[in-house]
Amino acid sequence: MSKLKYLTGVASAVALLIAGNAQAASGDTLANVKKKGYVQCGVNDGLPGFSSPNAKGAWEGMDVDVCRAVAAAIFADASKVKYIPLGGKERFTALQSGEVDILSRNTTWTMTRDATLGLKSTATTYYDGQGFMVNKSLGVKSAKELDGATICTEGGTTTEMNMADYFHANNMKYTPVVFDNSDQTVKGFESGRCDVLTSDKSQLFAVRVKLAKPDSVDVLPEIISKEPLGPMVRQGDEPWELLVKWSVFAMINAEELGVTSKNVDEMKTSGSPDVKRMLGFDSPDGTTLGAVKDWGYQIVKQVGNYAEVFDRNVGKDSPLKIVRTENNLWNKGGFLYAPPVR
Amino acid sequence: MPAENSKNQNNVVATRWIYDPKVRGIIFQAVAVACVAWMLFYFISNALHNMETRGIATGFAFLENRASFGIAQTLISYSEDDTYGRAFIIGLLNTLLVSVIGIIFATALGFLVGIARLSKNWLLSRAAAVYIEIFRNIPLLLQIFFWYFCVLRNLPAPRQSMSLGDAFFLNVRGLSIPAPVIESGFSFVVGAFIVAIIAIVVLRKWAKKRQYLTGQIFPVFYSGLGLLIGLPLLTFLFSGMPLHWELPELKGFNFRGGFTIIPELFSLAVALTIFTAASIAEIVRSGILSVSKGQVEAASALGLRGGLTLRFVIIPQAMRVIIPPLTSQFLNLVKNSSLATAVGYPDLVSVFMGSTLNQTGQAVEIIAMTMAVYLTISLVTSALMNMYNAKNALVER
Repeated sequence: MSKLKYLTGVASAVALLIAGNAQAASGDTLANVKKKGYVQCGVNDGLPGFSSPNAKGAWEGMDVDVCRAVAAAIFADASKVKYIPLGGKERFTALQSGEVDILSRNTTWTMTRDATLGLKSTATTYYDGQGFMVNKSLGVKSAKELDGATICTEGGTTTEMNMADYFHANNMKYTPVVFDNSDQTVKGFESGRCDVLTSDKSQLFAVRVKLAKPDSVDVLPEIISKEPLGPMVRQGDEPWELLVKWSVFAMINAEELGVTSKNVDEMKTSGSPDVKRMLGFDSPDGTTLGAVKDWGYQIVKQVGNYAEVFDRNVGKDSPLKIVRTENNLWNKGGFLYAPPVR
Repeated sequence: MPAENSKNQNNVVATRWIYDPKVRGIIFQAVAVACVAWMLFYFISNALHNMETRGIATGFAFLENRASFGIAQTLISYSEDDTYGRAFIIGLLNTLLVSVIGIIFATALGFLVGIARLSKNWLLSRAAAVYIEIFRNIPLLLQIFFWYFCVLRNLPAPRQSMSLGDAFFLNVRGLSIPAPVIESGFSFVVGAFIVAIIAIVVLRKWAKKRQYLTGQIFPVFYSGLGLLIGLPLLTFLFSGMPLHWELPELKGFNFRGGFTIIPELFSLAVALTIFTAASIAEIVRSGILSVSKGQVEAASALGLRGGLTLRFVIIPQAMRVIIPPLTSQFLNLVKNSSLATAVGYPDLVSVFMGSTLNQTGQAVEIIAMTMAVYLTISLVTSALMNMYNAKNALVER
């Protein structure tokens, strides 16, 4: 009889454990993050310009700066972020399961991702497109000359599908060689296994910096797809989604209004009503989003406006030297258009 | 039986059914099975419910959708317009291809090295020992990278390929060989091949009977080989040679036509073979050492030479010890082939758990399917090996 009691005890303990852990990371991410005291940010494990550790081991990049902006808005401290490097295959599962609060990992906004994964894209931080990189020695000047080429690509991304569609549409043949991560892909391309390396253009520029002979490759002019990159959050989480979205908009609005991290202190007293509202010194202020009152001020002071973030990570102050064409403000010929803080 | 006469002092004491050990055993087992089944049901329904409340798509309907990605090596025809289900089959065939190649060559190499390790020639046995120790201890992933990048670094670009005649080309994209194009009369050749095989079986039976009766040995191997090659060849010639070869040609970037054996397949197969052969060699060595020395002495007393002793006396007895761990090594090889993702070989994990998972996002279904496939392959392999083992069991008195 005691054996039976023992077994019953074990079974009920197991059941309780399962039931206890079954409560999932749903609903209120903002409250959870405030309780934890930091934001869990899923980033790329090493993409120069977007998220990679620098020589001292600190994370840097555009995607990293988005998370820092969110942390600055909530805690008035941009350093309250924990970075979790994720590969292409596990990034969505990590967000779905609650392992990260926000996925800031150069992820494209697509319908499949919005509708079937239980996730949601927030704002677009970088308008990208897929391109091709070839060896100069092949003498290829346009993507339409690539019939029959062997193409290296990283697995588990929108890249494969775009490439297949483009070649199909242009009646060309190709052979894909699909690697596990971006370092392997680059090594395969450098060793001559493939003629072409394909990826989002921003990644091509980032990769070119890492090559042994950066001048031996050409990035072809064609852009074969739309890749609006931006942070993703879980569905059913409106306060968190709003906070992330408006943190990005704050940086874009700051550039539009001419506020930089250098002049934000004088702007906060002498700026126009527009500026004061954007910085959070007039209503609507940060508390409507669940952030600190001077959310805009904290973001611009600690992280910078969009131009500063772009220039230091991927633009003219970085090794990538990407030009701002599409990623410029709407009134300067680009696509960046943030709703006003009013 | 529970209804024994309780008044009978000398017989079994009466027991109520609830104390009968057999009945108790059945009840506990039924409860355990019910618990496991309930837990399984709970996990699955919990996962489905959670996914539904979060808006994550579930179900296997995605297998009918258009795949929209290309695959480098396809054993059957495939294009981007085919379904994810077909991509799954392609990945599975690629995994089976590299596994079968790996198993065949690893077993052959493993047996050779294992026997060499036991050789009386000091150099041979030392060389085998060095091989085993080196390749058994370096992680397989590193070995795969070594072969892959070693191969890639040293082969020329397609425009400067090494070639043999105009038919075989070796370059960094792979080995391009002529592909046979079969025409209508070929079925006769296939028929002749099957007839040759049957003839060999019959010949062997006849030769064995003749040997038991008269002691004369008939050269079955060579005559069988002659039949196997000669009969189809004659049929081929007489039916007007219904076969021509499609030669690979350099057009633009790469070679078109013919077969191309991609370097990923080559490096994966070589690394798997060498790594697994090192372990198989040790298993073979333990099997051979398990046969008692008296057998060898008895064999030589009968006049059998070294090679014949090995073939007829030692190996058949050693196989009983070799087969179970050999099965494990085969299963390990099949599972290790999933490291193909590291070098871009389009096996099941890379095509299905990589590309398809990221395009559809349905992680739970895809990973469950992949795990089920590997489990099935492993169970089938070990079932076959156990059947072979049972046939070889010692029939004792």
